[in-house]
Amino acid sequence: MSQLHEAVVRDPLVLGEKTYHQITEDVCRPVEGKANKFWWMAFTISLTAFLWGFCCFAYTVGTGIGAWGLNRTVGWAWDITNFVWWIGIGHAGTLISAILLLFRQRWRMSINRSAEAMTIFAVMCAGLFPALHTGRPWLDYFMFPLPNQFGSLWVNFNSPLLWDVFAVSTYFSVSLVFWYLGLIPDLATIRDRAITPARKFIYGVLAFGWKGTARDWGRFEEVALVLAGISTPLVLSVHTIVSFDFATSIVPGWHTTIFPPYFVAGAIFSGFAMVMTLLVITRKVLGLEEYITVQHIESMNKIIILTGSIVGIAYITEFFIAWYSGVEYESYAFINRATGPYWWAYWMMMTCNVITPQLFWIRKIRRSIVASFIISIFINIGMWFERFVIIAVSLTRDYIPSAWAMYHPTFVEVGIFIGTIGFFFTCFLIFARVFPVIALNELKTILKRTGDQFLKRHE
Amino acid sequence: MFTFSSKTRNIIFALMAIGVIAIAYGFITNPARAWSSLLHNAFYFNAIALCGLFFVAFNYVAQAGWAVGFIRVPQAMAEFLKYGCAALLLIFLFGHHDLYHWTHKELYDPASPEYDAIMAGKTGFLNMPFFIIRIVLYGLIWAGFAYMIRKNSLQEDMEGGLEHYNKNFKLAAIFLVLFGITSSTSAWDILMSIDAHWFSTLFGWYTFAGLFVSGLAMMCLLVIWLQSQGYYDNVNNNHLHDVGKFMFAFSIFWTYLWFSQFMLIWYANLPEEAAYFQVRWENYKLLWILNLFINFLAPILVLMSRDAKRQKQILVVAGLIILCGHWLDVFLMVMPGTLGSHAHIGLVEIGTMLGFLGLFLFVTFSELAKAALVPKNHPMLPESLHHHI
Repeated sequence: MSQLHEAVVRDPLVLGEKTYHQITEDVCRPVEGKANKFWWMAFTISLTAFLWGFCCFAYTVGTGIGAWGLNRTVGWAWDITNFVWWIGIGHAGTLISAILLLFRQRWRMSINRSAEAMTIFAVMCAGLFPALHTGRPWLDYFMFPLPNQFGSLWVNFNSPLLWDVFAVSTYFSVSLVFWYLGLIPDLATIRDRAITPARKFIYGVLAFGWKGTARDWGRFEEVALVLAGISTPLVLSVHTIVSFDFATSIVPGWHTTIFPPYFVAGAIFSGFAMVMTLLVITRKVLGLEEYITVQHIESMNKIIILTGSIVGIAYITEFFIAWYSGVEYESYAFINRATGPYWWAYWMMMTCNVITPQLFWIRKIRRSIVASFIISIFINIGMWFERFVIIAVSLTRDYIPSAWAMYHPTFVEVGIFIGTIGFFFTCFLIFARVFPVIALNELKTILKRTGDQFLKRHE
Repeated sequence: MFTFSSKTRNIIFALMAIGVIAIAYGFITNPARAWSSLLHNAFYFNAIALCGLFFVAFNYVAQAGWAVGFIRVPQAMAEFLKYGCAALLLIFLFGHHDLYHWTHKELYDPASPEYDAIMAGKTGFLNMPFFIIRIVLYGLIWAGFAYMIRKNSLQEDMEGGLEHYNKNFKLAAIFLVLFGITSSTSAWDILMSIDAHWFSTLFGWYTFAGLFVSGLAMMCLLVIWLQSQGYYDNVNNNHLHDVGKFMFAFSIFWTYLWFSQFMLIWYANLPEEAAYFQVRWENYKLLWILNLFINFLAPILVLMSRDAKRQKQILVVAGLIILCGHWLDVFLMVMPGTLGSHAHIGLVEIGTMLGFLGLFLFVTFSELAKAALVPKNHPMLPESLHHHI
């Protein structure tokens, strides 16, 4: 019925004239089959990086954060940069699952599952850094407002750092629930197709006894909508509060009112870049090109242009207002970014974040898979440098020149960063083997509106 | 086809007459007050028109189909831009001395006791010729894109085909980029430079968020009014529900930006930034608090439930609240800077508002009467006609 009214200008989102059964087959194949050589290679590399990071982590716990390159002037550098970078990456998943759901964007269907999984792994990586930065991570439970019997109440409710604890942990829990909720019907599909008893049992437990009745689906959709409503302000709040960590201070370059929305836009920007990096590989390796189509890639690239341009406008706004304000310190902070000892980090950030995504204005480039992949890597790098420029470079030179210092990272903190990347990819690779990477049951609901055989019919 | 009835026309002329009288009364009693009121309302209604164009543009670029059925309404709203920008330019040319402290020459004369080193540092941006160039540019860009997009849309009615749709898609994308820049810079120019010492990087986006909500509310009210006159039977509760969602969501978004800007300035408590809120807190406490209540609590409570967003009466109430609330928000952005501590909402302010409202409605209705209310050859129209959520 409704599929008949689809506008002629819309392109199909499911190619290859799929039937419902074929969708199930295609999506379940990686879960049910054996891993190929490429998967094992990627897994070995990721695991090695993860183990290397784990050694550096253990070294830090053993010796204290003196093992890092921080000094009295620069108290936050590589570690907090990583924290913000990973949290930012963790934004795309919930944006895709929640905000795009509210906006009824059908192209989210093929990509939301892996984006949500990625979100969860990214937030786990992010959480490590502030936890470790406390110096004595075994006492981190004092970050929560414990009852006084535990020792006197330690937390400072006026501090955005504490708000961060709440924001990030809430975000993590809601994202996890959202992700898992979506998985339930698909896990039941795998359960029903299982041929070994062990598989049947494990997926049976994971599927929570899903039957697929109309009542099950009714409740499923209701909960999804409620969670989308909760997650939407959450997506904005997390990076907003991360930005408060900086903007509530009076450090020149940190204290600026545009930070909250600008950080959110930057987070979505970097998150989409990471989704792009992962999906370009995933669709190829798992043979899902007919589900994650060029159309999907183009849509993601459009979001990248939008958020990248918002970030670009924010950069220029900050720069302009620093001059316009007439505040000497503020103006200097920005001149120092562009021309000071860390000029290369600034220009790295400007090139990767402001210039490269603008290439997506060209239709050929935003529909090219290779170009999308390369540009997404550029953005990942650029967004890391953005945080480094904001956090570390601002700290190296603040009010009193006698306190100025340089920051040099040690192999330990770089190692931990590499370790989190290893952890992230290890988790993602395992995810791609044990869970369906496409929300297959949800995808079936849009097949008759967006499948190529249906769209062709009324053109 | 909409007919601009003589009854409606007469009511609108009455509004405009009230406006003229109020402005004249203002100029006789207190010219600075009259200028401030003119600036306030010219900016406000111009921004509503701009949001009409923004709505049209992002619907093209996002390939949204549901709103096509009534897209002629925001299109017609955007036609006010040329008058709004002209009004802003005239107000600046003749009223700048009363409105913009930075236009006073003695601030830049080192020999003068009024010399202000900070202001002297800003002359590269805040100077008369450059300011006038910018206002003219805004007018050309905004009114120009409104004209081009509408022209294509009207031709599409005659000729059909995808050519005009594709053209408008491109125009809309270019407009959005320019809008991204000009929506911020125009807010700095027209509003932020009133308090010339003060600065806030978020100010442009904050202003935009408030005005986007107002634009949506105006669009919603116009569509509902047209329905009450027997037009738009293709628009049903599903469409209004979506408009309601937008009003709800962007009211919260406005509050988010309000809070971000205020909280960060309050928390850091740097004198050069906090001064802006200090003045408003001391002299306009009631209005300042009311602003937050009207623009945050009222929409969130009224529009929270699904049923509310599907009922015309409730949407009308919410729309009126939002329009009044953001009018008050702009009042609080303008008046403390131009009139100091003794501005209030009186006959001049309300009269000027009614006058501008009349002008705005006159332009919008005249434009609506010129073309079909439903763009019959828009490729997305079938989706809008069968919209169901």
